Amino acid sequence: MAEIVMSQTPPILHGPSEKEKKYDRQLRLWAASGQAALESANLLLVNSGTGGVGIETLKNLVLPGIGRFAIYDEAIVSEADLGLNFFLDEDSLGKARSQSLTAHLLELNPEVQGASYPDEEGVTDLQSLLATSPMFTAIMYAHPILPEQLSLLQTYGQLHKTPLVAIHSAGFYSYFKINLPGDFPIVDTHPDETATTDLRLLSPWPELVEFAKGMTKDIDTLDAYEHGHLPYVTILLHYLEQWKESHGGAYPLTYKEKIQFRKMIQAAARTDNAEGGEENFEEAAAAVLKTVVPPSLPSGLREVFEYEPKETIEERSSFWIIADAIKAFHAKHKALPLRGNVPDMKAQSKVYIQLQNIYKTKARQDAAEVLVTAQALEPGRHFDLAEVELFCKNAPFVKLINATGGGGNASPGSVDRLREVTAQEFTNDESAEVTLAPLSLVPIYLALQATSHVVSASADDILAGIAKVVPGASDNERVVSAACEVARAEGGELHNIAALTGGMVAQELIKIITKQYVPIDNTCIFDGIESRCQVLRL
Amino acid sequence: MATAEVYPASEPERWTYLDRVRTRAGPFTNPDAFDGTVVAEAVENMKILVIGAGGLGCELLKNLALSGFKNIHVIDMDTIDISNLNRQFLFRQADVGKSKAEVAAKFVEQRVKGVKITAHNCKIQEKDEDFYMQFQIVVCGLDSIEARRWINATLVNMVDEDVEDSYKPLIDGGTEGFKGQARVIFPTVTSCIECQLDMHAPRAAVPLCTLASIPRQPEHCIEWAHVIAWDREKPFPELDKDDPEHITWLYQKALLRAHEFKIPGVTYALTQGVVKNIIPAIAATNSVIAAACCNEAFKIATNCAPSLGYPDANYMMYSGNDNIYTYTFRHEKKDDCPVCGNLARELVVDPAWTLRELVDSFAVRPEAQLKKPSIRAESKTLYMQSPKSLEEKTRPNLDKTLIELGLANDEEIGVTDPAFATVSFKFKLKFQKSE
Repeated sequence: MAEIVMSQTPPILHGPSEKEKKYDRQLRLWAASGQAALESANLLLVNSGTGGVGIETLKNLVLPGIGRFAIYDEAIVSEADLGLNFFLDEDSLGKARSQSLTAHLLELNPEVQGASYPDEEGVTDLQSLLATSPMFTAIMYAHPILPEQLSLLQTYGQLHKTPLVAIHSAGFYSYFKINLPGDFPIVDTHPDETATTDLRLLSPWPELVEFAKGMTKDIDTLDAYEHGHLPYVTILLHYLEQWKESHGGAYPLTYKEKIQFRKMIQAAARTDNAEGGEENFEEAAAAVLKTVVPPSLPSGLREVFEYEPKETIEERSSFWIIADAIKAFHAKHKALPLRGNVPDMKAQSKVYIQLQNIYKTKARQDAAEVLVTAQALEPGRHFDLAEVELFCKNAPFVKLINATGGGGNASPGSVDRLREVTAQEFTNDESAEVTLAPLSLVPIYLALQATSHVVSASADDILAGIAKVVPGASDNERVVSAACEVARAEGGELHNIAALTGGMVAQELIKIITKQYVPIDNTCIFDGIESRCQVLRL
Repeated sequence: MATAEVYPASEPERWTYLDRVRTRAGPFTNPDAFDGTVVAEAVENMKILVIGAGGLGCELLKNLALSGFKNIHVIDMDTIDISNLNRQFLFRQADVGKSKAEVAAKFVEQRVKGVKITAHNCKIQEKDEDFYMQFQIVVCGLDSIEARRWINATLVNMVDEDVEDSYKPLIDGGTEGFKGQARVIFPTVTSCIECQLDMHAPRAAVPLCTLASIPRQPEHCIEWAHVIAWDREKPFPELDKDDPEHITWLYQKALLRAHEFKIPGVTYALTQGVVKNIIPAIAATNSVIAAACCNEAFKIATNCAPSLGYPDANYMMYSGNDNIYTYTFRHEKKDDCPVCGNLARELVVDPAWTLRELVDSFAVRPEAQLKKPSIRAESKTLYMQSPKSLEEKTRPNLDKTLIELGLANDEEIGVTDPAFATVSFKFKLKFQKSE
């Protein structure tokens, strides 16, 4: 009842709350729903090595208000830590690193909770922490890490379906690798506004046809004001009909035909006025190439349609059921549910609002049909209309990350996969001079990976380690250079590279936790000498 | 491979990790430019300027203090607002209202012992060339194109070919949401911010008639309240975009107008966003971009690895909203750059235009973006915005056509704007009749 009363009352004119003020600049990116997801997240950082990059990541998550974090770090603060880590000071010397870091990070945001381990209350090792702590939303760990700790985390990740993020930063180089527990579909991908226009000009539905006809039936005798304020959607629909009449019922589909059609629009503009033209006709002409298009099935959605999740239907998230319902919709109508947005265009206010409502109404009808289909597929389940509407609105832009199998490639995370990708990257590099593509950063990954579990190593040791994993790779000149560069740092981080990598990892965790925007799949390698990165699926 | 020797300066233990990289050559180090034995001390004696103590600025100060710089200056005229706290990590709730530069400087000085940070709580335009001359490197974390253009023009102007110290590398960062860019400029040698101006095209303004008579979007209602209703009703003597009472007034006006035209979507947050031109900002992106800038400052100061800027790439674009992409490339210097080029930039004009039309066009041209231009021809002054006496004297020219003023095709004009100090932008008129 209360909800109904609220919606009938005019909006209350109150300003934003203190919290909305503090988080204003980020709420504009991920809205209240994203913020709520962040605030209920619980993160673990297993910190090792020189300990910079993980803390820089956490800083970028504490500030926007992550719910809770825990740091597991066995190190005692040394003088060298103070030259790298901003969240330690001279008072921290000789104390547990996890404790000082946690205390300093908590100063950044009073709304965040944090804990440090090992503690004095019985959590003496990683195993007991994992056994006793509330469930973690995601776990990050910094290399070099002890192999037995890594295997504890991997077991935990598999058992609880927890995303794991490995981070390694040394000298000018870094990489991080995200290990998601299974397929990861995203609906709220925030596509660029300019890419989202779908006006259905080549398959208009009766209400739209009728509206356009009503507006344009006397197009040649309309007065100057009305003619100059016809929304371009109605102009295009009108002249598309004319085109069809003179082209045996066919639409302009080829590039050449569209250019001709554009000329037809340009010629139809009136020039007997002070401006010598009409803005709405200019808008119509400019929209021809982008909006006079038949409905299509974007590759991201096609992948979703073709993908068979491992779970049984009952176990699947509602995403997959709604996807099936949209697939059925697409099969039936040869088009996706209408997105329903209309770009701004020159028009009288009333006319534009009418047009907007025609699109919105159709979008709502399409979503309602999808909801009915979804319900029929899974009668026992409750579907949220808002979720179905969001999916329909974003259907052309949904993405599927970390889809397992497919393509016959070795599975991500395996040695075979690394060998396959390395070989491919080296082949690409051979033609880089011709293709002008940037050279692969896989040598950096190989060199860092060879020191995954040791504090530091000589270039020769690193190369020997690489040769064991990817035979032959250590002969590559760029791999040799990368090994020398990694050896130069002796496992030490540079603060800038730690901060830069920590920024990227924080962005990725925000995307994964809020299920908004599109995370990487699955490894990002950064080269601080050339200031560029590369994402590979390893 | 044997490990090369490390040459620490002060506090060898503290800078263990830094010294391994900055005092020893790696495979990509240019041996002719690098001397590991003196590098640590050299960096400690450098003076570096940070412009802006906001989202990027806080990160810049932290990063430079942990990159071996010991003498840092920071300049910012702003005070701390509550909406800064989600990313400007040197500030706390209790600091709201205080000077950003002062609070940031004090915080970093206390946290990183041995670093001296001098705060300047003022506009960059209030400092003269002598002030900027004392620094070896300038790093910018600004949110306005205008301020960037001012410091860029100033540093280009300061170059004296005979004085090596007059070349100040400029490193500039910027962010928006999950995206950002970092670039390095060697004034007069590589592409400058003015050369790259077309990468920041101004947003197209909504025509006044749309606001006045045919609004269609919530933004149109807000702009109407901001541009038209405010002027008509003057509810407060002057609009203060940071005063919630003022924003609430605009919000209410916009809401009424939206109601009248049945336009959905006007909210307080949108009103604030449109009126203040708010750009979304998060800690994570600032962390990426500021660190990319400081990494370049570190490489320039130490020569321990090649930096962006010269001779290859000078610009890194970063995008994190869909996957992660960086595009690191070389932006070419423009010979007709009004600030660092030798040639006048061509300006297509209709000779039948009045001087007023020419003056107005400077604000909207992506390659010019000058809001208050004063114009001189080769032989005479055409229009001066100030002082008042000259403005009055030259005002009649505004209604004359370019032909009537005796201007010719290919003639060079000089344009100045109070936003850019002493810089004169050179343009060459190209006559072309409008259809």
